[in-house]
Amino acid sequence: MNAANRSRFVYVTFIRTTPEKLWAALTDPQFIRQYWFDMTIECDWKKGSPWKMSHSDGTVTDVGEILEIEPQRRMVIHWQHEWKPELKAEGPSRCTMELEPAGSAVKLTITHEIDRPESKLIAAVSGGWPSILSNLKSLLETGEIALVSHPRH
Amino acid sequence: MSDADLLFKALADPGRRKLLDRLHAHDGQTLGELCQHLDMTRQGVTQHLALLEAANLVAVQWRGREKLHFLNPVPLQAIYERWIRKFEQPRLKALHDLKRRLEKDGKD
Repeated sequence: MNAANRSRFVYVTFIRTTPEKLWAALTDPQFIRQYWFDMTIECDWKKGSPWKMSHSDGTVTDVGEILEIEPQRRMVIHWQHEWKPELKAEGPSRCTMELEPAGSAVKLTITHEIDRPESKLIAAVSGGWPSILSNLKSLLETGEIALVSHPRH
Repeated sequence: MSDADLLFKALADPGRRKLLDRLHAHDGQTLGELCQHLDMTRQGVTQHLALLEAANLVAVQWRGREKLHFLNPVPLQAIYERWIRKFEQPRLKALHDLKRRLEKDGKD
């Protein structure tokens, strides 16, 4: 597909940790909640398994499926928004998380894309990721998070 | 050079800030696309992109043989938390208090 018919963002952060610890941070619901603004993720992290994200009050925001998973290296999530009608209407997107050792750190790349131009979903999710990644980085490097509430709330 | 030094150095040049603006307007461009709207040589743009990439302000992905450049705002969030957020709260409160005091004086 031509790049013009697609919306995508690519976010990169370098975290001074190990691939083992970063992978655990990306897949442990208790840990995720600490840097992902109290969101709950339910998944057993196997290929083909369902994936679900909800608010702390139980409202389901996004659902999907694990398309590819290679522990400590890569996962691809089929990601369908459910909460806001205008974003849900855009249909499924794909979120890829890749981990690569980089010296004493791990390079984490998040790519989120959808096969439509000017996607509102991609615009909406792209706003949240820098804070989430910043929290994840400080949590792994210092044990503390920088932002306690979501900037949009 | 530390990560923060690389970041501030990358942001210190108007040409590089312009490149970030171009990517903000349209993400995922090739070198050729970026050169079209800028009065810089191709070599100059290449050098600026290399510095932006070193500072992690630009992320790169390959599509076949094409190298696509994406704006990576994650380090800017770190600057915001380290250099803006912690200073803005007390100042905004001071401004707010000043406004209240002046408006109160006006009513007397």
